[in-house]
Amino acid sequence: MSYPSDLKYTKEHEWIKANGATATIGITHYAQASLGDIVFVDLPKIGTEISVGKAFGSVESVKAVSDLFAPASGQITEVNGELATAPEKINQDAHESWMVKITLKDPGELNALLSAADYEKFVAEEAGNAVF
Amino acid sequence: MSAVEATPAVRKTALNAVHRQMGGRMVEFNGWDMPVEYPSVGGIIAEHNAVRNGVGIFDVSHMGDIRFQGPQALAAVQHISMNDASRLAIGQAQYSAMLYPQGTFVDDVIVHRLGEDDYLLVINAGTREKDFKWVRENTGQFNCHVEHLSDDFTQIAIQGPKGVNVLQKLTDADLSAVKFYWLTHGTVCGLKNILIARTGYTAEDGFEIYVPTDESTSAMVWNKVLEAGKEFGALPCGLGARNTLRLEGRLALYGHEISDTINVWEAGLDRFIKMDKPEFMGREALEKAKAAGLRRTLVGLEMVERGIARDGYKVLADGGREIGYVTSGSYAPFLKKNIALAYVPPELANVGSVVKVEIRGQGVKAQVVPTPFYKRPKRA
Repeated sequence: MSYPSDLKYTKEHEWIKANGATATIGITHYAQASLGDIVFVDLPKIGTEISVGKAFGSVESVKAVSDLFAPASGQITEVNGELATAPEKINQDAHESWMVKITLKDPGELNALLSAADYEKFVAEEAGNAVF
Repeated sequence: MSAVEATPAVRKTALNAVHRQMGGRMVEFNGWDMPVEYPSVGGIIAEHNAVRNGVGIFDVSHMGDIRFQGPQALAAVQHISMNDASRLAIGQAQYSAMLYPQGTFVDDVIVHRLGEDDYLLVINAGTREKDFKWVRENTGQFNCHVEHLSDDFTQIAIQGPKGVNVLQKLTDADLSAVKFYWLTHGTVCGLKNILIARTGYTAEDGFEIYVPTDESTSAMVWNKVLEAGKEFGALPCGLGARNTLRLEGRLALYGHEISDTINVWEAGLDRFIKMDKPEFMGREALEKAKAAGLRRTLVGLEMVERGIARDGYKVLADGGREIGYVTSGSYAPFLKKNIALAYVPPELANVGSVVKVEIRGQGVKAQVVPTPFYKRPKRA
């Protein structure tokens, strides 16, 4: 799997794509593969403030519940409503199936995140230690 | 999403290497290293629906087995189990349970009558040692030989409406003559005298076969069953699908719907207990419990609002008061609904009652629905 180089990544397996003062957020291919069949996504309402490193929602597979952690702080401007009825889209293409869009509070926060190459290295190590 | 570290104490079935080769995602379950799903065949939902629509193959070798043989084998089984084993013909099986004197569960079991004075109890993986110790301590007064055979079988479950077609290709036994919850012996994959039981834990028709436990024989049988199942869309299935299948069928799981603190009446397993049996462990307490009335009862819930109830979540009255808890909850892959089993007070157990499940601090509406959630269609 190649990780798009125009995205930034967290060690909790979210991606964020900045476009000026706004950004789009989702979970990574590695995250969806680890979770398995995704059957439910719980996302905040438009207008909600989210804070970097804090949980802002959750994603559930048949087996597991996993928190979503904000890669950056900001205010929700858009929510991908399609995922309420078709959460399996995340399994099909995690990097296209965005979850929320935000206005960034501090675009500088993104500098602390992983590049595609670093994230790829990170998940290779994590997968290497995993039982599966 | 952190990986679980494997510890040396984790046990493996004879098919462990096969699961890994097939890309099974391995997890620790009750001390066993088992596949939870096979992403390479599509994962839990695909596996679940293969069993509902065709056939799925499970390694259930982690299950335990205790054999009773001798002149008083029946008396011993009767003493420690709540169903009436005297009603079993040779070749017949029944769902039952072993109870503590207070009427709560040591474990649920399937009792198989193999011969005149010969019974096999199939028990849960997580309770193997506890169960065997319990049986030994409570059957010493009977003239029968009790043997722990848990490590002597590789147990493979072939489940789903096409299970009979798959297994019939591999055995000389006439499976059409074996009714549900009956068993026979036959040659399977060239192995003589294999125990074939028409049992399972999926709320479908299906079989469980007990083959020698060495790795090469186990792998040979597993591969032949999968190969024979190809034309019926057979998939290997992990513990994830096993759990969602049994949940749709309202089949109890030890540690969830039944435990050492839950009694038979609460669990709603009345039809598997025979109070007309003069004596068995737990009987007296259950008689008293029946007279005292139920404090809680197991119900099926279907989520009305968005959310998935998970094991251990609180159940709240519509007003917000805590009234019970979820024993098992999941997205149901065949029914495509979010369902759960939960303990609630009897006054809120009627079908149609509205309750709430606390999900991440929020009360999410759910409704009591009839169970089983799924019942297999009658087939010609």
